[in-house]
Amino acid sequence: MSGTRNPVTEAELHAWIDGELPEERLADVERHLAENPDVAQRFERYRAQRSLLGQSFGPLIDQPLPDRLTPPFTARDPSEKPALGRGWGRRRGAWWGMAIAASLLVFVAGGTSGWLLRDRIGGRTEPLTAAFIADAVAAHRVFSVEVRHPVEIGVDEEAHLVNWLSKRLGKNMRCPKVTRGGYQLIGGRLLADSVGPVAMYMYEDAAGRRITLYIRPSPNTSGSAFRFAQDGGVRALYWQDNGLALAVAGEADRDTLSNVAEEVYGALNS
Amino acid sequence: MTGEDAIPGSDMSPPDIDDRAIAAHVPRLRRYATALVGNRADADDLVQDCVEKALANRHALRDPSKLGGWLMTILHNLHISSQRGRRRRGAEVPVEDLADDLALSAPPADRGAVRDFVRAFAQLTDEHRTILLLTGMEGLSYREVAEVLELPIGTVMSRLARAREKLRILLDGGTQQVVRRIK
Repeated sequence: MSGTRNPVTEAELHAWIDGELPEERLADVERHLAENPDVAQRFERYRAQRSLLGQSFGPLIDQPLPDRLTPPFTARDPSEKPALGRGWGRRRGAWWGMAIAASLLVFVAGGTSGWLLRDRIGGRTEPLTAAFIADAVAAHRVFSVEVRHPVEIGVDEEAHLVNWLSKRLGKNMRCPKVTRGGYQLIGGRLLADSVGPVAMYMYEDAAGRRITLYIRPSPNTSGSAFRFAQDGGVRALYWQDNGLALAVAGEADRDTLSNVAEEVYGALNS
Repeated sequence: MTGEDAIPGSDMSPPDIDDRAIAAHVPRLRRYATALVGNRADADDLVQDCVEKALANRHALRDPSKLGGWLMTILHNLHISSQRGRRRRGAEVPVEDLADDLALSAPPADRGAVRDFVRAFAQLTDEHRTILLLTGMEGLSYREVAEVLELPIGTVMSRLARAREKLRILLDGGTQQVVRRIK
């Protein structure tokens, strides 16, 4: 229907929802949707599904863990396997050997994508640990899917938000309101982690994609370069600056995150 | 400023996966498992088995940064094998309790929608639940889903399209759009 150029495929429409559509196809996809209201409506429902999925199951991540799922994990003696009660037999064991071997092939061979946490090797004495990234990524996962209450204080009260967070963290928390990549500040909240107060700002683009900025006071640290980490679909750039540890996290690609990180860095140092 | 420090150590032996590293992934694994199997008790069994398998095979994971995906793959494979046993035994735990619990975690106005969604989701096949959770909940890219499920990326995409359409019919009623070709 959209005529002359490459027709838009079903796969591209899904990629569009999932943020995997190459930028050069965006205009074609949007035109296709505008010309085909039934298709647009169907994909709107898919998008609604996705947010209901997050809303329905998201809170499960905060459930307290039973003892058996908290460390130290006691590796059960293989000879006690029958006690598992889920029918682990010897034959299963053989199957598992193959399954594990197969998964390893993928994860040893697939070195180019995903799950990069660059600081872990090399014994660097780095106060900014994996725990910080894990906290920032976890907070992103919890709050970025929130439909009704993504932030505690909205951007309409920006001055109040910035003052409040600056006061609680004892540092200037002035952040860019709009980024060059089209992400707009929608608000923020105060969180607590094991160290103390944490500030979180949330940004959103026109397509509803969200990026969070997680800031923890980190006294006695000097500045550091940006570093990149990835956990599942969430990518994060983190750094230290001026007594703060900061992480920008989102499902966005690395360049987008890195632009936001640089703008944040600039705003905090202006 | 954008330093991406070279990893010094391909010649160094990687540090062992320890309890703490695995524990950091447990809440996510548990959320995924609960949504997948539809009740907490079976989900906790699944996660516990997954943690044990991972610890027993910890030396086999060469690249500790891939721990998250590796755990997902282990959990996925464990689930498939436990489903085989279940089908033979015909056991099925109803999803109602979970639907009620999750509805209570939602704002009052959304409770009905959450309950309906959890019930509809439970009617999907395992394959469809898996693909919707990995993309929509865990936020994995198509490529990462393909790695976790050990499938070609094209299969991931076509399965995702079918899963979304099935769920749409379950939630909204109406007739299924036949998706003839994905590409």
